[in-house]
Amino acid sequence: MQARLVEHHSGKHQVVSSLMYAALVVFAVLMIFPMLWMAVSAFKPMDEIFSHPVTLVPKSPTLENFKGLFEAMPFARNLLNSAYVAVVSTAASLFFCALGGFGFAKYAFRFKGPLFLLLLGSMMIPQEVLMIPLYVEFQKLHWIDTHWGLIIPGMANAFGIFFMKQFIESLPEELMEAARIDGLGEFGIFTRIVLPIIRPAFASLGIIFFMNSWNNFLWPLILLKSEGMYTLTVAIYSITGGIREPFHIIMAGSFVSVLPLMIIFLIFQRQFIAGITSGAVKG
Amino acid sequence: MRLHKCAAPYVFISPYYVLFLFFVLYPLLSAFYASFTEWNGIKDPKWIGFRNYSSLFKDDIFLQSLWNGVIIFFMYVPLLLFLSLVFAVILNSAFVRLKGFFRAAYFIPYITSLVAVGFTFRMLFGTEYGYINELLTSMGLAKTDWLGTIWGARITLAILVIWRWLGYNMVIMLAGLQNIPSDLYEAARIDGAGPVQSFFRITIPMMAPIIMFTSILSTIGTFQLFAEPLVLTRGSGGPENSIMSVIMYVYNQSFSYLKFGYASAAAYVFFLLMFVLTLMQIRVFRQEN
Repeated sequence: MQARLVEHHSGKHQVVSSLMYAALVVFAVLMIFPMLWMAVSAFKPMDEIFSHPVTLVPKSPTLENFKGLFEAMPFARNLLNSAYVAVVSTAASLFFCALGGFGFAKYAFRFKGPLFLLLLGSMMIPQEVLMIPLYVEFQKLHWIDTHWGLIIPGMANAFGIFFMKQFIESLPEELMEAARIDGLGEFGIFTRIVLPIIRPAFASLGIIFFMNSWNNFLWPLILLKSEGMYTLTVAIYSITGGIREPFHIIMAGSFVSVLPLMIIFLIFQRQFIAGITSGAVKG
Repeated sequence: MRLHKCAAPYVFISPYYVLFLFFVLYPLLSAFYASFTEWNGIKDPKWIGFRNYSSLFKDDIFLQSLWNGVIIFFMYVPLLLFLSLVFAVILNSAFVRLKGFFRAAYFIPYITSLVAVGFTFRMLFGTEYGYINELLTSMGLAKTDWLGTIWGARITLAILVIWRWLGYNMVIMLAGLQNIPSDLYEAARIDGAGPVQSFFRITIPMMAPIIMFTSILSTIGTFQLFAEPLVLTRGSGGPENSIMSVIMYVYNQSFSYLKFGYASAAAYVFFLLMFVLTLMQIRVFRQEN
């Protein structure tokens, strides 16, 4: 196939492939540009943000915006809140999704079919519909302005269980039987045999969970009332100024909030994309 | 404590169902009840029958938000899916080098926080100091009041959504393309089909389920837009509510005006709409298999 294409790299094919490359490169620039803009603006002093002509490289780069950000609000606290909520909810979700996935993958039990159908069906319920009743429920539980409401309800989610079930089904039965003969209990089989093997699936699913929690906006916006409890997204949204939007501070905050995920993405790109595509292509 | 082999699976799957009961099913039912009441979230709800629903369909802003969903959908979904497929096909062809780099570059917008992205686009599309207008004027074109006009706001939102979802859809379509057996193409080539013919005879039909899947995801995503219009318009919904989404409307009704019953009715109309769209998706998939 490849040899054929190389052979054909004459005349017309040359033109077509050059056009394809041009389109690829142009769009790649468009994709990355807003991120670069965010990064650059984070280092511009305010008067340069509102000046003509617009500069692509800061004339007088400064760290003042970051200083202002951490002084004007409990931004370090907000960063920690986001990290705490994301790490705890990701760890808990992974554990419960693996456990549930294991239950569906390796056991035959009564009502398994209908229960699984319910699980798949629940994936279709848009979270936003629950906005009002959940808020009222959280009020009764005294979860308003705490992080519990961001962590607990999503701790076992349908997509994660489905994902783990697919993965655990491929493990050989003999593994479990051998463990039973060795005298391991059912939960012991899960912790000692299954968990160590499914680490690759953890990476894929964990990244998606972490990203969803880190970028979550609607729920923290509704639930969190005090600055010290805000997660990053709400903290950044809450930055307002006088007549003009304080874009220099907002961009500094945005840059800080986007950076950790960027780094994680660049390291775990493969797992990231595997996790995203598995649900869609197999589903 | 030893788990019996018969009880074990129930114990293993129970966390999900317990959470489902408390945080999905119960709120879903209580929202349904609330949608027939007048309720400010503080005093007890008062039963008013279908009055919320009947006033919703006379509520211009609510109807506008539904209509906005339809308009934005036609503005970006066909274009988004077309571009995603084109770039997936390009990236899937043998001669392209640096595949990994391009895939990463296209995917990056998807992992960024919408709040950060929303503000970045507000800056770029600013009327006075925005970079986009700077480019336009340097090319001798007129300045545009992007976020201050009805269609300007819609175009800005459509661009933002395409920018954010292009890589995601492309990656899914790329996985679909890689699942097409290559001997199909080989057979077509032997039968004398050119690349254009095999694209329409093999690629498109084989990709139909994936294209449908991404199309339905985009449909639901369109009506679910929240952070994007909220940040772009600082909560206002844009000039004449031109980019107010249904979810943003529900949010405003409940948390700005404390009309919990009324907002629940709006949420249920949205829910039914999504339900119909999802059923359509399932039917299409059934036909495929």
